[in-house]
Amino acid sequence: MDNTILRTAALQAFYQLDLYGKTKVVKAVNEVDLAIQADEIYGIAGESGCGKSTLLKALVAAVEPPLRVVGGKVTYRIDGKEVDVSTLSPEEKRALRLSYIAYVPQGSMSVLNPVARIRDTYRDFIESHLGRQRHQEAFALAQDHLTDLGLPLKILDAYPHQLSGGMRQRVTIALATLLKPRILIGDEPTTALDVVVQRGVVQLLKEVQARLKNTIVLVTHDMGVHANIADRIGIMYAGRIVEEAATEKIFGAPAHPYTQYLISSLPKFGDKSPRESVPGSPPSLANLPGGCPFHPRCPHVQTRCKEKMPGFTQIEKNHRVACWLVGEGEHGQAA
Amino acid sequence: MDKLLEVENLTKVFALGSVLSKLRITAVDNISFFIKPAEIFALAGESGCGKSTTARIILGFEHATAGTITHSGKKEAKNERVWFTEGIQAIFQDPFGTFNPLRPVERYFFETLRNYKLASSPAEAVRRIDAKLHAVGLSYEDLAGKYPSEFSGGQLQRISIARALLTDPQLIVADEPVSMVDASLRMSIVNLFKTLRDELGVSVLYITHDLATAYYVCDRIAIMFRGDIVEMGTVEEVLMNPRHPYTQLLRASIPEADTAHRWQGEIRLADTEQDEYLRQGCRFAGRCPHAMEICRSTPPPTVQVEGVQVRCYLYSEPFS
Repeated sequence: MDNTILRTAALQAFYQLDLYGKTKVVKAVNEVDLAIQADEIYGIAGESGCGKSTLLKALVAAVEPPLRVVGGKVTYRIDGKEVDVSTLSPEEKRALRLSYIAYVPQGSMSVLNPVARIRDTYRDFIESHLGRQRHQEAFALAQDHLTDLGLPLKILDAYPHQLSGGMRQRVTIALATLLKPRILIGDEPTTALDVVVQRGVVQLLKEVQARLKNTIVLVTHDMGVHANIADRIGIMYAGRIVEEAATEKIFGAPAHPYTQYLISSLPKFGDKSPRESVPGSPPSLANLPGGCPFHPRCPHVQTRCKEKMPGFTQIEKNHRVACWLVGEGEHGQAA
Repeated sequence: MDKLLEVENLTKVFALGSVLSKLRITAVDNISFFIKPAEIFALAGESGCGKSTTARIILGFEHATAGTITHSGKKEAKNERVWFTEGIQAIFQDPFGTFNPLRPVERYFFETLRNYKLASSPAEAVRRIDAKLHAVGLSYEDLAGKYPSEFSGGQLQRISIARALLTDPQLIVADEPVSMVDASLRMSIVNLFKTLRDELGVSVLYITHDLATAYYVCDRIAIMFRGDIVEMGTVEEVLMNPRHPYTQLLRASIPEADTAHRWQGEIRLADTEQDEYLRQGCRFAGRCPHAMEICRSTPPPTVQVEGVQVRCYLYSEPFS
């Protein structure tokens, strides 16, 4: 049975900027095919400026000019029916947010109103989604939810600045999962945190997922976090997914040269052998090199890499790679 | 033993709140350490543990409440600097914040040369700048006339290192130099520190929360917790065989990029940092699995265990 809850088909989301009469196009998301399953944690990894945050914007249907979806579509499966996000009205999108799809951003300080107590922020969220009359009942629900997640209830009376960064991020996650959304999207939710706190936040995300049996799409550049939490990982480079496989495969047998560099450059305890970074710098999304965008940095570059972007090759079940070294790219579509 | 920089009994107290209700937070509490020539020394810990405050005091941005810093035999007493920053240079966390976006990057180089009177003619200045840029894998042509926005974060961080090298420092203080650089480029910066140490004999005070890179690049490490150095020794000993319960927690919390070593078990987080700073005895006692009665009342002594300095009752005489 098809268990796909969130699907993108050849999604292209570009920033179109008009600078002094010249149009500049930033190809932030280019031909991305994803098929994210219900009840899985899907990790998206890539360096800054590779388009991963833009992809998330498209996934939560928060596309606003200058960003435009120029090709492809995003579909949600709601109650067994596939719904194309672009056909939804603003009111319908608003109703889906938090109750069906929720978003946890990196800076939790900018989510929580700095001059309101946490209690008031919770009340605002609840009232706007459940209506004013049910607010007492909903508030009890909020308290239960916090207790379930192991957060102290006294934080409800605190202002955001009185909480530590880790606690704020956990409050934000609790807020995002209050209405038990089917899909939770996290944009670098642990990046600004200390390792011990980061572990606490990841622990909370895992607990939420185990409790709600929902889907988490997690974007971070920290491969260590992916190794600890993700079931499947998509590696993004210059707006495209270049490799996708189960976490064990990405770390154990990476096939794309970029993924190989990413994995081998990670320092490990107990191993001081010299490690090398990927040579060169990431390309600008406004001025991509022709063919495979990785070719200027790739040690195995061939002539055709400079001419044509490879399609996906399925080297194993659920392991696809976009590279000419691996195959002819006959499996273009997402599984 | 030869010591390039020695920090003795350094203390820094910040006062929070108004005149009436003053809350005193000891950000750095009586710490001592030294850095040898041509050594990479890591000061590691979570945010708010006092590692950046220590760096800021060494660089002279803050004044210590108590304690002394000795650099190449010259002592800095309270509120008085006796050495020039020539010998100590800094690299900061945010490469985009280091450089003014409206100024060409090369201006920073010429300015440093002028401030320290290191070049007598423009041609000599360019020669010197080019030599230092070569040390970090760039050249003057790459840089001439360009603005910070034309470089990636990794490149800017390397430019920042080249700028620091202009004065031929003996010590570079690097405050979280790779935390804002992409994972794919991080190792090129870290490898650069190794090259500087091995080829130019420069010491680096590497301030970080990333123990994996610290293990990779450093010789010795000090783990800080809420203003205290809780454990100090060679990276091999401290990180591969952690003794202090906090170091053990920290080491176990690092997400290892290895699916065979996923996190096991649950951890407890502190509710607020302030509680831990104001704690009487050992500041880790509230979260420590081995906490004893004495830990909550009296700060533990510093003991030597097999060449590693540990601040914990578990290793001191009557309890071990």
